[in-house]
Amino acid sequence: MERKLVLSFPPTLVNQPVISTLVKDFDLAFNILKAYVTPEEEGNLVLELSGEKENLDRAVNRLKKLGVKVQSLSKRVEIRRELCTDCSACVPLCPTEALEVRNHEVVFISEKCIACGACIKACPVRAIMLNV
Amino acid sequence: MKTIEEINRKIREGKAVVVTAEELVEIAASSGVKKAAARVDVVTTGTFAPMCSSGVVLNLGHTRPRIKAGGGRATLNGVPAYTGLAAADVYLGATALPDDDPRNLVSPGSFRYGGGHVIEDLVAGRDVLLEVSAYGTDCYPRTSLKTPVKLADLNEAVLFNPRNCYQNYNVAVNASKRTLYTYLGVLEPGFGNAMYCSAGQLSPLLKDPYLKTIGFGTRIFLGGGVGYVCWWGTQFNPSVARTDDGVPVAGGATLCLIGDLKQMNARYLRGASLTGYGASLIVGAGIPIPILDEETCRAAALPDSRLKAPVVDYSVDYPQMTGKVLAEVTYAELRSGSIALCGKKVRTGSLSSYRMAREIAATLKEWIAAGKFTLTEPVFSFPGADSGYTFKPLKERRTHTAGG
Repeated sequence: MERKLVLSFPPTLVNQPVISTLVKDFDLAFNILKAYVTPEEEGNLVLELSGEKENLDRAVNRLKKLGVKVQSLSKRVEIRRELCTDCSACVPLCPTEALEVRNHEVVFISEKCIACGACIKACPVRAIMLNV
Repeated sequence: MKTIEEINRKIREGKAVVVTAEELVEIAASSGVKKAAARVDVVTTGTFAPMCSSGVVLNLGHTRPRIKAGGGRATLNGVPAYTGLAAADVYLGATALPDDDPRNLVSPGSFRYGGGHVIEDLVAGRDVLLEVSAYGTDCYPRTSLKTPVKLADLNEAVLFNPRNCYQNYNVAVNASKRTLYTYLGVLEPGFGNAMYCSAGQLSPLLKDPYLKTIGFGTRIFLGGGVGYVCWWGTQFNPSVARTDDGVPVAGGATLCLIGDLKQMNARYLRGASLTGYGASLIVGAGIPIPILDEETCRAAALPDSRLKAPVVDYSVDYPQMTGKVLAEVTYAELRSGSIALCGKKVRTGSLSSYRMAREIAATLKEWIAAGKFTLTEPVFSFPGADSGYTFKPLKERRTHTAGG
């Protein structure tokens, strides 16, 4: 199975090969969707991990024990429906086609989202939020 | 042939047949234009999109002692208003920005708060901070003022939009190798996306292409309240190229709109932040079109598949005013989610909300069906397709300095 995760590394872990050890120990494959390290802050990594369910669970537990904040990617991007006008300015900018117009409304397919943020600056009423 | 007077009598008696432009498309497709024209009395339209040429005239009321904002400086939530009017009158435009907004200093700017947002805050009944600084006169001695105000406190608050309801509009694409930030949204390089801005088959002026029924004094839905057409809009161009149906294939006509902000609703007037471009106001407008004869019905019944928009490259052709059009596409194609351009499938997005346009057309339909809203005969019509009236670029001339 696969899981898309957002990992936030504290400054103390930024210099350690955490993911490399993880995939070896738990026989996982990984695909990095996005990575950035801010100066004197934390490292952020958006990645897809795939492997046995049991191993994935153990890997996530190991990360948490090390002090890494683990979030499910799907919860990162949120459309505030009360603000959205369903104009569709965001739709063609989504690289993974996680935004679609159905029945005149903009639909967000969270499983497809990689939290790249391309939709956010396209929204004229700032209805799309990236939760950090 | 019907007259507006006859239609109004039916509206007052609760007997008028009122349908939205989208419904008329269906009716005409199933029973033909002739039968539709005989049956339908009024067609309602709607549009909901950023319209930069919008703003409000505000009368602030006089303070004790008096202060003269005219010729001085006034801001609302930090956004400067125009003060070149009398002592207590100001005009706040949709694209105005606070002095300390960084604009595009670090590109693209986000333009989170501007005139359009102040207008939304006022309509929503929120407090807005008014600051005035003045030079002081014998009759207006006070030189500074700082107070929260809200819409109900002001004497007049009049939405006055010199250009709304563009008849048709460009579809923007980007042929260059870098991302562009435009008033039609973010444009990805290499024809990465195509952005349009029209409600198509619901859009007011696409449904009365020669403005046969719309003119000075036409009563309309504006911002959730009742407004009026009070002139033709700026950049009005009836001399534009048209399809066989008579519908412009580019900009075309525009309208100048006016209405009392106090009876409007923040659902239909929204501040907009166009990344890398500026602040604006999203305006909801709807115009009723009386079905006087088969001809008005035929035009009002045109579906998205017969309404075309020009595709323009915003990396070169738009900014340099070359006039080049890459292709023409229909609103049916645009609304399908992608268009074919230069052998490539290009995904589409709209700045205009079709869902809100439908809501506005449906609301106006309800008002008319309930007998609350009657139609108006234009006081006069606007320049027509054969008038020679056109939209010209600015001609720059050499300056003449004294003694030079």
